[in-house]
Amino acid sequence: MTYALIFLSGLMAIVMWWLVRQTVNVKPWTEQRSVEIMQGDGGLSLPSVKVGLGVFLAVATSLFALLISAYHMRMMGEDWTKLPVPRVLWLNSAVLILASVAMQRTRAAARQGQLERVKSGLIASGVLSFSFLAGQLWAWQQMDAAGYFVAANPAYAFFYLLTAVHGLHLLGGLWVWCKTTAKVLRGVEVGKVRLSVELCTVYWHYLLVVWLVLFAVLLHTHT
Amino acid sequence: MALAIVLVLLVVGSVLFHYLSPWYFTPIASNWDSIDETVTITFWVTGFVFVVVNLFMAYCVLRYRYRKGKLAHYEPENKKLELALILATTVGVVAMLAPGLFAWAKFIEVPKDATVFEVVARQWNFNYRFPGKDGVLGTVDAKYVSDENPFGINPDDPSGQDDVLIASPELHLPLGKPVKLELRSIDVLHDFTVPQFRAKMNMVPGLVTYVWFRPTRTGTFDSFCEQLCGIAHFAMRGKVAVEEESAFQAWLSSYPTYAQSKARVAGDAAAGKALFAVCTACQGAQAEGNPSLNAPKLSGQAPWYLKRQLKNFKDGARGTHEKDVFGKMMAPMAATLTDEAAIDNVVAYIRTLPDNPAPTTVNGNAKNGQDPYVTCAACHGAGGQGIQATNAPRLKGMSDWYMVTQLKNFQHGVRGTNPHDPYGRQMTSMAAILVDDQATSDLVAYIDTLR
Amino acid sequence: MTSITHDESAYVPPAEVEEPELYHPKSFVGKYIWSQDAKVIAVQYAITAIGVGLVALVLSGIMRLQLGFPHAFSFINPSNYLQFVTMHGMIMVIYLLTALFLGGFGNYLIPLMVGARDMVFPYVNMVSYWVYLFAVLLLMASFFVPGGPTGSGWTLYPPQAILPGTPGANWGIVLMLVSLAFFIIGFTMGGLNYVVTVLQARTRGMTMMRLPLTVWGIFMATILALLAFPALFVSAIMMTLDQTLGTSFFMPALVSQGQHLNYNGGSPILFQHLFWFFGHPEVYIVALPAFGIVSDLIAVHARKNIFGYRMMVWAILAIGGLSFVVWAHHMYVSGMNPYFGFFFATTTLIIAIPTALKVYNWVLTLWRGNIHLTVPMLFAIGFVFTFINGGLTGLFLGNVPVDIPLSGTMFVVAHFHMVMAVSPVLVVFGAIYHWYPKITGRMLNDTLGKFHFWVTFLGTYAIYYPMHYLGFLGVPRRYYAMGTTVFVPESAQSLNEAITIAALIVGAIQVVFLYNLIWSYFKGKPAGPNPWRATTLEWQTPHTPPKHGNFGATLPAVYRWAYDYSVPGAAEDFIPQNQPPGKKAKGLEQALDASDLGAQKLDGAGTPKPIGS
Repeated sequence: MTYALIFLSGLMAIVMWWLVRQTVNVKPWTEQRSVEIMQGDGGLSLPSVKVGLGVFLAVATSLFALLISAYHMRMMGEDWTKLPVPRVLWLNSAVLILASVAMQRTRAAARQGQLERVKSGLIASGVLSFSFLAGQLWAWQQMDAAGYFVAANPAYAFFYLLTAVHGLHLLGGLWVWCKTTAKVLRGVEVGKVRLSVELCTVYWHYLLVVWLVLFAVLLHTHT
Repeated sequence: MALAIVLVLLVVGSVLFHYLSPWYFTPIASNWDSIDETVTITFWVTGFVFVVVNLFMAYCVLRYRYRKGKLAHYEPENKKLELALILATTVGVVAMLAPGLFAWAKFIEVPKDATVFEVVARQWNFNYRFPGKDGVLGTVDAKYVSDENPFGINPDDPSGQDDVLIASPELHLPLGKPVKLELRSIDVLHDFTVPQFRAKMNMVPGLVTYVWFRPTRTGTFDSFCEQLCGIAHFAMRGKVAVEEESAFQAWLSSYPTYAQSKARVAGDAAAGKALFAVCTACQGAQAEGNPSLNAPKLSGQAPWYLKRQLKNFKDGARGTHEKDVFGKMMAPMAATLTDEAAIDNVVAYIRTLPDNPAPTTVNGNAKNGQDPYVTCAACHGAGGQGIQATNAPRLKGMSDWYMVTQLKNFQHGVRGTNPHDPYGRQMTSMAAILVDDQATSDLVAYIDTLR
Repeated sequence: MTSITHDESAYVPPAEVEEPELYHPKSFVGKYIWSQDAKVIAVQYAITAIGVGLVALVLSGIMRLQLGFPHAFSFINPSNYLQFVTMHGMIMVIYLLTALFLGGFGNYLIPLMVGARDMVFPYVNMVSYWVYLFAVLLLMASFFVPGGPTGSGWTLYPPQAILPGTPGANWGIVLMLVSLAFFIIGFTMGGLNYVVTVLQARTRGMTMMRLPLTVWGIFMATILALLAFPALFVSAIMMTLDQTLGTSFFMPALVSQGQHLNYNGGSPILFQHLFWFFGHPEVYIVALPAFGIVSDLIAVHARKNIFGYRMMVWAILAIGGLSFVVWAHHMYVSGMNPYFGFFFATTTLIIAIPTALKVYNWVLTLWRGNIHLTVPMLFAIGFVFTFINGGLTGLFLGNVPVDIPLSGTMFVVAHFHMVMAVSPVLVVFGAIYHWYPKITGRMLNDTLGKFHFWVTFLGTYAIYYPMHYLGFLGVPRRYYAMGTTVFVPESAQSLNEAITIAALIVGAIQVVFLYNLIWSYFKGKPAGPNPWRATTLEWQTPHTPPKHGNFGATLPAVYRWAYDYSVPGAAEDFIPQNQPPGKKAKGLEQALDASDLGAQKLDGAGTPKPIGS
């Protein structure tokens, strides 16, 4: 549980620090005019959706941290075997990096209001993301064909589980991507999708980092 | 007003209940006085808080109840008071925690001179294994577990050959000597508990856990499973007898070693046929049973079960209850089998007899019997085929009228109450779920449908 | 300590806030079924949770019948007894209490109390409820599948949960796990709303330290839930895979009833770590909202500010933080590394300190107060008494060697029912009596309420206090029948009978409460906007019940904390949060004017008389 604990203590420390900063040295029973605290009343100066995404990412991180914790605890079992990491995962990782880069470029384009570049960027990153998912499925197929079935060993079971959970998160992101892309293709003005593009970018970067961590975990226990 | 009085009464009543009620810890029978002492300290600290805070609350409710025109006192906080309370609480917490941690340090540190033995749990029984003369328990693995090797002992491990196997839920322990129990489970989580010893620990399949204590008084105690382990969890019982060293050694030497139990030769059916001649008068030549003579069908019944029951009759663990008319008739018959080999031979012969389903004689609503049979299926199998691992005999195709008689015997304490019949004891717990004769008939009628 | 600025010129009229884009339903279906109004969603959550809770209540009655009068009822057998135990526990903890406190009270109170028009993501909020309902239906479906619901205890420990020998090891357990997974997904949607609404949608002047403790409690509980539920999610997925695909995450090599199963090397203890990593925070997920709500109930009805507000907030933070490092105190006898015992006993007893402080502060709020013994206040005081008892017995189980003889016995059952069942439920009742007037515009009947309180409070104490002593005796929990033993005296059975009778009375009397809820909805005394003369924003809405959007044309501006009761020199014994400085001489009417320039004035709502005394 160490990994989950480290993550959670970090997160709790941030939450606590922020909350304590809100609360220490305040004598709440002292009457104050509301206007003085109009600006600095503790609300974050971000759109709510972004805060919401941040909170969701914390939840998702908790999920992945717990999975990795469970992975490490289970790895100590005597029956654990080496995981033959399929080569195609390297390719997939590269594809996902490119998808993230494409998202980043789309975000820049959205900021500058260039609809065409937003359009092409979104499509590029979407295609790359779907390719990543297809690649992951291909990796599954390779594993399966080589006889590394899900129930044969916990190492394989975890491989399928981790990649599946990550893939499902990406699919969730692609749903938002679909809606955004549909809007862009319908030709709405860039300002209306800027926020969506930014959210997608953050989410894609996050999933890239998660994937790299998961990949590192899988590789690390390979040898 | 009423609330304040009730609060005071509840506080006083709770304290009185604590001192006056007859329900409290059983008298301790192990060295874990330190646990009881920590409990006592915890009672004093928490009791003090309970009484003081609640009485103060009752006082506030009474003294500061609503009065027209009165204003409450305005005081947002009182740091000094709050800090003082935190400090006092901390002192109380330390007073409970410190002795607790010391007790725990002793609890997990097994003394070097402790006698090591093993408790093996499975659904829904405890068995025990003592190291033989070499003082070492042989290695075990789940893959070796079978009906012939229920402990799962590695047959190739020399240190396991002299292990003494106690295939009975009853355990004996020597008085005054520290013992380390290595706890193991074959299937699911279990827990070996004797309330008087205070100590307990879960059994986890795939792991060996441990607990240690020193029995400090003689006597026979109930042991339990206290970790939910399935349908018959509540019937998973055993006994622990603490006795003098000499009696303990005598008990231990009455059980076979692993090597001995392996070496046991199979029964000789031919020899058994001669012995069975006596039985045919009641049981019939094919052991098909005879309701008019109250003889159940034996053919097709599992050999291990027939053997156990014959031994029970022979050793006085069954057929001794005054109301067990037919059991009392069986006991002298079983006594004619002079030794274990004779029993094995008879059982081997019965095994050779043709197994035809007994005719159905019980009238009941099988539909109503299906529900309670879910519980029976846990041990006897969904098809009533019987499972040796759960010590459950075959039911399907056996004499249904006999099952009715026996269920009633179990219900009325005619069978299963003998202290040397631990598996019968489990059945008394189970038979009790049938609230009346109709329920019994319905159940057996359902069993009749399992063909 | 009292420093109040009297600055007449400081009054600032609330800003004209642009009417936010709210979804305005037209039809009945849009308004009450597919509603995106947090208040309607709250009621949907509450009705579903209470409905499923009634099922669990009936199950507990059946269990008590068996324990009090073993072998008297043919419809209870060891198999379905375990199923009743399991379903009762899981429903009560997750599908009733968690859903009711966060989905019910959270949805209703957060937007109103922070001065928001709605949750920040109303659509997601609506989906959250429907996913929750789906999870509930899945769980109920397990009663009707072959083998029935799982009977593995609410902890669902493998290996037994998915092995024959435990009821519902095929369909029941899978439905349970899938239902939990859906519950978590639904909760996460709601939870995002609660957290972000508290962070983002507070009205002008509503600093974190001006939030009522109810919001603090729900806010912190939601954070805990968001971070802890993934542990349950992970274990649910992994166990589902063990059951369906035959993986060995939690399943070691074992021989079940003579059959070698195709599992190898898995760790049942890993499941327990994951389960309790969620399970312990879960205790506080239920307790913290209760703590918050009860703080507000006591303050309002004692006409006094909550004593030590800041300490109360920090105690909530401390409890929330510590609750993640105490989980293994549920596993002292699990066979985990015994050295963990030192660490977890210490952290567990440390968590007692902030918890005790909260108790002290509740009692100190009563001290020198002006206590109206209204029905909500009765329940609040009943909670404090029950919680003291349940909290103190927690110190027995938290201290590792004391836990050894008591774990697995009825003491544990008595303890957690006292602290996690009765205590929060008393708060739920208190809160319903308190906020029902706002939700429906009518008061609940006082006489019925008092009757309900006395039977529930005294009855539950009669059930659970003596039960601890059965635990000392060594009576194990989850036993279908005790049978005959050497050490359990016959008198213990008569105690069990008495407990059963008390339990049946308490259970049956809840009908009175349900009757009161329904009767008062049509016939109750009209409540007016602020019957308890409370300061918090939900009582200052222009309409009762509040309409969609909560606050009419303009959002209130907040000038003070939530606890200005009995302020010296004030005309009334309470000053609403949105009353500007210097206006307090004129009381509520002025406050209403100030907060709601555009809205129509309330009829005869100038200064409502206190109700109950």
